[in-house]
Amino acid sequence: MRIVVCIKQVPATNDALIDPETKRIVREGVKAILNPFDTYAVEEGVLLRERFGGEVVVLSMGPPKAEAVLREAVSQGADRAILLSHRAFGGSDTWATSYALACAIRTLGRADLVICGKQAVDGDTAQVGPGIAAHLGWPQATQVMQIRSATPETLVAVRMHEDGYDVCELTLPAVITVVKDINSPRVPTLRSHLAAQQMEVPVWTPETIGADTAKIGLDGSPTRVVKTEPPPPRHKASRRITGSPDACAAGLLHELRTRSLV
Amino acid sequence: MRLNPAVARGDFRNVWVVAEVLSGQIQPVTHELVGAARALADVRRSEVWAVVLGSGVAVQTGSLVACGCDAVIVIDDPALATFNDEAAARTLVQLIDKYRPESVLCGATTRGRALIPRVAVLADCGLTADCTGLAIDPDNGDLLQTRPAFGGNILATIRCSNHRPQLATVRPRVMKALDADPRRSGRIIRERLTPHPSDALKRVIEVFHSTETAVNLGDAPFIISGGRGLQGPAGFTLLRQLAARVGGAVGASRAAVDAGWIPYAHQVGQTGQTVQSSVYMACAISGQIQHLVGMQSCDLIIALDKNPDTPMMQLADIAIVGDLFEIIPELIRQIPAT
Repeated sequence: MRIVVCIKQVPATNDALIDPETKRIVREGVKAILNPFDTYAVEEGVLLRERFGGEVVVLSMGPPKAEAVLREAVSQGADRAILLSHRAFGGSDTWATSYALACAIRTLGRADLVICGKQAVDGDTAQVGPGIAAHLGWPQATQVMQIRSATPETLVAVRMHEDGYDVCELTLPAVITVVKDINSPRVPTLRSHLAAQQMEVPVWTPETIGADTAKIGLDGSPTRVVKTEPPPPRHKASRRITGSPDACAAGLLHELRTRSLV
Repeated sequence: MRLNPAVARGDFRNVWVVAEVLSGQIQPVTHELVGAARALADVRRSEVWAVVLGSGVAVQTGSLVACGCDAVIVIDDPALATFNDEAAARTLVQLIDKYRPESVLCGATTRGRALIPRVAVLADCGLTADCTGLAIDPDNGDLLQTRPAFGGNILATIRCSNHRPQLATVRPRVMKALDADPRRSGRIIRERLTPHPSDALKRVIEVFHSTETAVNLGDAPFIISGGRGLQGPAGFTLLRQLAARVGGAVGASRAAVDAGWIPYAHQVGQTGQTVQSSVYMACAISGQIQHLVGMQSCDLIIALDKNPDTPMMQLADIAIVGDLFEIIPELIRQIPAT
């Protein structure tokens, strides 16, 4: 089974700052991490490979420094890594990103399963996984919380919804996106960490993957961010309630009733 | 599709709402989006259409007309009884191709956010996820889509000028439904599902709807969340009792979920759900940034903690200093059971 896990390097949340002048996200000098959901995607890929054999290929699109998260994924058990990196990819929205990733997956030749995290924590769109499935013409299951059973040809996946769950049987190849309920990622060993640091990470360009340059980067992206701004400040009429338990409860109920909330 | 000399902006007209259908029932988010679409269509001097894909749904179209739709496209087919992203996406693309809407809105639910990205790729158009604001650019009629990113730390405004239709998923409980007016009239357009060989590649074999409505954080107006300070599953039993009194749902911090006190479906925050309820009551949750990004857009934030100085107590609109094991039973006692 060849499993491709798509991962993303994102800024560490604690450091996500807005430049007060330009109102844009400051990315320079900010610590970058592997998107937290992607850790579960890598682990699920490794678990499936341990059952069925084959290989786990981790794939990321980003600047050269995104290589770091690919090495992290390899230290977690992936077999090899590919970085899609070129100026022509810059500014890609989710449409163009999923197109480029789909082209790279095709370039690998056979792939049986693509696994993505539920969403990246910087953009929070959750659109790249289904986008890859659409570009490849494969079935998909998003928000997968459990793989109930699997064979080299099929996968029975449990999808988490707001109101419960459903179970679907997918004929491979397919794309799934996973939530953190699905597994507990292993901790890399020192040995796997060191091996991952020494590994070669091939860099693929639009040419390598045969991408139509009109469909990648800013020009290939249907959407444009025209403005970013901090959210309106919370009105700071903060109220503190102290005292005995019944006084606290009565104080809160008074506040809620004033606002017609109970 | 990408606009070019043969495909003009003017070929695309009307604002569509893709109905959220669950167990054969049209969900409230659909009516909210019809309300939002009505305002946009009025600016554009165009119509609001709903698209309802499901089984047993045809009889429910009247409520959509009463809430502001000028037309409703219905495909009522047993094959659509369960959520099948692939068939629904393919069908929507066919309808878009036939009727050419200018904008298409869909609820930013787990189903909507699985379905619409597929449509965006297949129809070659732009999509903005999880919008909290929609407006029309008076200069050229583009849809201006506002959405939170970085867990709500920034608001981005996005437009899509060179492709039509403009697609957006919209957060539940942000837009307002119009009051139903039974005197309104609208057209019902019946369409058919066209089967495709690829439909066999995915089958939904089991559906489970939680009877515990408390899990449905996305729809809940009142969320009562617990953290490490709950000390165990019994603490959540207390929160559930309070939630039942106020018609709310129970949320949790990552610490409480990782401790195994409550299932992951309840987790609020960066690796859980992002919520935007009218009231968020955080009980013994210290308020790490990863939790705050999941709930800081709620309208009214209440914190309850013994420690008056936690980040959550600082952020809260109402901060109650005290022991939740004493105060919550007191709240349950003081709120009459309904």
